[in-house]
Amino acid sequence: MTTLDPQARGEALPAGTRAPGFTLPSAPDAMLSLIDLRGSPVVLVFYPADWSPVCGDQIALYNEILDEFAERGATLVGVSVDGRWCHHAYARHRNVRFPLLADFEPKGAVARAYGVYRLADGTSERALFLIDAEGVIRWSYVSPIGVNPGADGILAALDELAHPQGARR
Amino acid sequence: MSTLTPPVDARDHVLGRADATTLVEYGDYQCPTCADAHPLVQELLRAFGDRLRFVYRHFPLSELHPMALPAAEAAEAAGALGDFWSMHDELFENQDRLDPDVLRACADNVGIDALAFDDQLARHVHRGRVRDDFRSGVRSGVNGTPTFFIDGSRYDGPLDVMGMVRAIALVAGRT
Repeated sequence: MTTLDPQARGEALPAGTRAPGFTLPSAPDAMLSLIDLRGSPVVLVFYPADWSPVCGDQIALYNEILDEFAERGATLVGVSVDGRWCHHAYARHRNVRFPLLADFEPKGAVARAYGVYRLADGTSERALFLIDAEGVIRWSYVSPIGVNPGADGILAALDELAHPQGARR
Repeated sequence: MSTLTPPVDARDHVLGRADATTLVEYGDYQCPTCADAHPLVQELLRAFGDRLRFVYRHFPLSELHPMALPAAEAAEAAGALGDFWSMHDELFENQDRLDPDVLRACADNVGIDALAFDDQLARHVHRGRVRDDFRSGVRSGVNGTPTFFIDGSRYDGPLDVMGMVRAIALVAGRT
């Protein structure tokens, strides 16, 4: 029997899992598929909503440090349940320089596939996934609600991916 | 748990005694929440007296706030010319009208050498320092502005007097 507990929290897909594929709108007239990004690491950033208070905003922070991700050869992609026009307006208003995908219809389907949908709120968690060049999740993290995860964890995970500790020369 | 990296050192702007519990803020002079936190920090310093020291590091969100980086450089220039903290106060108190002329007016109010100030800003003498602060914030787990650290550990509680007094007292009580 399936129960729909509104407080239920899924389990975020752990390291070692193949990243579920998806195709979502990345702009009013464009789509982006995860498989298009195969060949270099992808940082998938789930966040609850566009237009959250400015300065504590996760998207604003990542936007400031895109160079740090680029230096590590990684592509950063944001995902929320907001629609494509909402993303469009938000990205223009805040100078967001990386794609924001609309997980809008069916609502939150990609967040659910990654185990980071919050039924009670109808949004995703603040969750980070590092997907390697072969499409396998190598690191994931779900931030406590109301706390932005910052960027130190994801940058450390990217460094570890590039230079595993214990790896032989 | 996110940890301050690098720890407070001689390069930092420090108010207070070395043996006190240390509150570090990563802030942006054009961020409204930081301006709101400014009197909060002053209240904490009054409340704890010698038992608390305060350190400010720059975390300008330049894509959102066009004057954040120039303002941070202006604070550094004032510091190099002898009065970082008065400039720090001026910048937050004049946040809603920051532009190049206001930076200069703030410097005049502080009473530092205006020609040297203009020269340092024009040559971006302190941009590297500001960027170093920013990068240290990224490594430390700064998640927006303002972000506070209490004795090196990130504070994720509410930005109000009660929440912060409680957190600081908890850390101070351990030492």
